[in-house]
Amino acid sequence: MTEIPVWQPTASRDVLKSRAQQLAYVRGFFDARNVLEVETPVLGRFGVTDVNLDGIPAQVSAGCLNGGWLQTSPEYHMKRLLAAEIGSIYQVARVFRNGERGRRHNPEFSMLEWYRVGLDDQALMAEVSDLVCGWLDCERPEQLHYRQAVIASAGFDPMTVSDYNLRQYCEQWLEPEQLAGLGRDGCLDLVMSFVVEPGLGLDRPVFITRYPASQAALAKVSLEGDHPVAHRFELYIGGLEICNGYWELTDAAEQRQRFAADNGQRRATGKPEMALDEAFIGALEAGLPDCSGVALGLDRLLMLKVGAKSIEEVLAFPIERA
Amino acid sequence: MASYSTNEFRGGLKVLLDGDPCIILENEFVKPGKGQAFNRVRLRNLMTNRVWERTFKSGESLESADVMDQDMEYLYTDGEFWHFMLTDGSFEQYAADAKAVGDTIKWLKEQDVYTVTLYNGAPLSVTPPNFVELEVVDTDPGMKGDTAQGGSKPATLSTGAVVSVPLFIVIGEVLKVDTRTGEYVNRVKSS
Repeated sequence: MTEIPVWQPTASRDVLKSRAQQLAYVRGFFDARNVLEVETPVLGRFGVTDVNLDGIPAQVSAGCLNGGWLQTSPEYHMKRLLAAEIGSIYQVARVFRNGERGRRHNPEFSMLEWYRVGLDDQALMAEVSDLVCGWLDCERPEQLHYRQAVIASAGFDPMTVSDYNLRQYCEQWLEPEQLAGLGRDGCLDLVMSFVVEPGLGLDRPVFITRYPASQAALAKVSLEGDHPVAHRFELYIGGLEICNGYWELTDAAEQRQRFAADNGQRRATGKPEMALDEAFIGALEAGLPDCSGVALGLDRLLMLKVGAKSIEEVLAFPIERA
Repeated sequence: MASYSTNEFRGGLKVLLDGDPCIILENEFVKPGKGQAFNRVRLRNLMTNRVWERTFKSGESLESADVMDQDMEYLYTDGEFWHFMLTDGSFEQYAADAKAVGDTIKWLKEQDVYTVTLYNGAPLSVTPPNFVELEVVDTDPGMKGDTAQGGSKPATLSTGAVVSVPLFIVIGEVLKVDTRTGEYVNRVKSS
């Protein structure tokens, strides 16, 4: 099935101009706050172990390197800079995720990622609000616990629901044999995407906080009653997921353990295991300063700014035309 | 048989689902940041014409369905089957049953060309061209001078289809009709 190539861009000139203004706004925002802009490799030696993130392998042959990965996020490199005591930093990065294409996804996209030394998740959420509301001119976000959000839209408690009942609930969408390989967090992701997310941030932007600890690879964990919850937050506006932030995990041993658990899950689901990025672990061992970090989808922020229904309206060339 | 993974899903793709050939109408990719990805897919079952909504975990796959659209000339009916012939010069003939012909029966005119959808080599459905030209075989008498506007009346065409036409149309005239809406378009000059 061949298609005739289209050379024209999918974004209008007005939107491309808005894109340039957004970039200038972001740089101005961080400049005023004395956060240093950095650039880290787009092409790295290692991919990530996250079960649900598929990197795009690269065929690099240079120096002593054979192979490599387009980065799914600048996180590890930026944390190495933090460990090197560079201080608070931000980056506008191009990141790559295989298999992701839809109204809100393109396999290559622009991510604004920043780390604030000495700030916790609450303080960083305030800064995200300043950035986003200053650009979109919207109401400041309210906060809603993950648990409350799921109870309100799905009618069950995600912390206490039995695996059996959760699975049964998901049979609205998936056959039992499809559910078999999904696991508890996969089921909760389904509920989040299909039931909860479409109603989030419709009247007013909302931060979802206190995720189940199992859903936050790189966040500190606290106990909420009997349930471990992660210091993770996500911002939703008009049903659109905008950013994902953590009060960062700084414990190298714990991090190594979670990577091993990821690879265990990869084995179980038939995905290739990923080599651990020992340079990253090394940085954690040397000591990451106490910090919070957040990754924000700039293409989606621009979608909200210009009222775009799909991501190609804000990209010069989505993957089909790239 | 070839199969398609969710990454290859897109409108127009023909796949097998629960043993029936289906055409993908819409494919929506959903994924929370670092969470499990899903594809919500709307498909039309080509056997029943029903629209299904199904969810797939990204990475799952479906077998491709051997479904092909072919241009064929309508030849005749023997009462049980409607016979079509490929227009590619092969003169190969196919017999479609009443289920395959469906509503298209009211637009079937001998020697006109239709799209016949074959599934595993047998006619599954017959789609008429967007416009057909058919003769009026019955309608109330035309009204003189009423050529511009106002009023309509039913007219029966040579295939049995009944369409709403302007009052000036008379028996024997050939009309162009839009098969998608069943609406009269205009008169065709008879040669």
